[in-house]
Amino acid sequence: MEQEPILSVSNLHTQFHTKSGIVKAVDGVSFDIRPGETLGIVGESGSGKSITAMSIMRLIKDPGKIAKGDIMFKGESLLSKSNREMRAIRGDRISMVFQDPMTSLNPVFTVEKQMVETIRAHRNVSKKQAVDRAVELLDLVGIPSARSRLKSYPHEFSGGMRQRVMIALALSCDPEVLIADEPTTALDVTIQAQILELLQRLQKELGMAIIMITHDLGVVAEVCERVMVMYAGKPVEFAHVHELFDHPKHPYTWGLIGSIPKIVKEKVRLEPIQGLPPDLRALPKGCSFAPRCKHAMDQCLEVDPALLEESDNHHVRCLLYEEKEKVVTS
Amino acid sequence: MTTLLEVNNLKKHFPIKGGGIIPRKVGAVKAVDGVSFKVRKGETLGLVGESGCGKSTTGRSILNLINPSEGEVLYKGQDISKLKGEKLRKLRQDIQIIFQDPYASLNPRMTVEQIIEEPMKAFNIPKKERAEKVEYFLNKVGLSSYHKHRYPHQFSGGQRQRIGIARALTVNPELIICDEPVSALDVSIQAQVVNLMEDLQKEFDLTYIFIAHDLSVVHHISDRVAVMYLGEIVEVGEVDELYSNPKHPYTQALLSAIPEANPHKKKERIMLEGDLPSPSNPPEGCKFHTRCPFAEEQCRVKHPDLKSVAAGDHQAACHLVKEVVEEPV
Repeated sequence: MEQEPILSVSNLHTQFHTKSGIVKAVDGVSFDIRPGETLGIVGESGSGKSITAMSIMRLIKDPGKIAKGDIMFKGESLLSKSNREMRAIRGDRISMVFQDPMTSLNPVFTVEKQMVETIRAHRNVSKKQAVDRAVELLDLVGIPSARSRLKSYPHEFSGGMRQRVMIALALSCDPEVLIADEPTTALDVTIQAQILELLQRLQKELGMAIIMITHDLGVVAEVCERVMVMYAGKPVEFAHVHELFDHPKHPYTWGLIGSIPKIVKEKVRLEPIQGLPPDLRALPKGCSFAPRCKHAMDQCLEVDPALLEESDNHHVRCLLYEEKEKVVTS
Repeated sequence: MTTLLEVNNLKKHFPIKGGGIIPRKVGAVKAVDGVSFKVRKGETLGLVGESGCGKSTTGRSILNLINPSEGEVLYKGQDISKLKGEKLRKLRQDIQIIFQDPYASLNPRMTVEQIIEEPMKAFNIPKKERAEKVEYFLNKVGLSSYHKHRYPHQFSGGQRQRIGIARALTVNPELIICDEPVSALDVSIQAQVVNLMEDLQKEFDLTYIFIAHDLSVVHHISDRVAVMYLGEIVEVGEVDELYSNPKHPYTQALLSAIPEANPHKKKERIMLEGDLPSPSNPPEGCKFHTRCPFAEEQCRVKHPDLKSVAAGDHQAACHLVKEVVEEPV
């Protein structure tokens, strides 16, 4: 029996109204995630993966707005919540870990003050109870001598330790969904390995759903169960992680996989994707990827393909497959 | 193959000054602490390590952009670490550098043409030749000549990095120090720049010192690799030998930590405890012993030197690895 999804995003459109036109940062994203599951969102800079996360948290500020679609959390729409109700959810039921732990912690307050503030904003507890909870959390994320470290300021921690503090802060109210936006991008590989292992262990212990946003296919292969690949604001492929790496279907995914150097004896030349990502203010007609696609056909420049279920639970947005369907049915 | 560059016992200690009216030296950050290596003509030497291990400082000390505190840098047999003034300036025609951040390393007020011709101006190349070379190298790095009147902000990160490469090439250098040239780029763009650098190396017979923290990129582009930890080289060897047969526990941990884009493979991981110690107060003995899962008593007291550990000039600095002396042929 499959569990009910805890969070579903349907047909989300987030747009920014700028002087030089409307930027469609997120353009029709749908997915759902179940408790205890890890969903990966991969893409390059500007693909809309972080804006998707910010939209879920309702953190989109002017001139941006959610133009269309819905976000359901445990059967309730987050978009119809008041700001006050949303504040109660943020950091409590759904929380977020950001990429850069230096800019997301306040440098002028001790870690204790920041953690106690978060806990007491959501829980009706005394200051002492909040401090005890903070110690427990720092222990949980593996910070040695937690009680004395509480008095430290963010700059007194190393990058990896700071990211642990961020994770402890995000976990302070046992969230049901944790959004991790490039949580290890700023870290060295040995520290990255520690943090990924920590997140996986905590997920097992606490049973939360994780949305892992990253540009690193290695991280995806390591921790995610299902993966959504985004390009220019749209999901272009969505599949189980094994399926995605064994049978990638979208030419963009092929390009991403071909661009990573593999550590094997016989070196092969990298196969990069030609050209540059499109300007989101002036997306090409038809498929956004067509101008860079080796397999583009004439009609790719005209028709914007829909996200099709190509095989069992493997969705792809590409005319190469629609074409095949047509041949089969006619 | 001939040795183009030889670095012997290079050290760079940055002084830490105390407060007070007359600040006195109270300590030193040992960013580079006794590094020796050789670079052969036409090869790519990869220099890897985590943040703060001294790889960039090493690169900059070679060019004398940072004055080394000790040690010598022999370029074609001549010690260049103590060169000054005109001689140093002349040398930089032969050795060029490409920087990590394509946003900070190009002057935003200059056009691409001015940026690319600047090194040639410094070496008194006549105007007509400069103009020809700007166009020639713009084309070589995959840009067009109509780009030359534009400003850096009109380009993407990958294109800016191409401009930086074109600038370095204009004075016909032999050795290029590449300081994290692709780290700031998206993977699809990163692959384009890596391919470009490989092509240019073949075409212009260049030698690279490739500094990076991304172990897969370093594996891809390098012939030999040196692994740094806290200002020292802990292991050096031919790329395939080092990656398939790492001897130093730090190299083993580093290699096992790379997330691989293959969901079927669950790697045995060597988890390192704790963080990098401070380079202003490095541990006694082997600098890695505080995090090493195999550390013994002798590691805490005695500092290990690089020694041969396998065939093919594979060296590591670890007490626990047996020395292998190669039979002279």
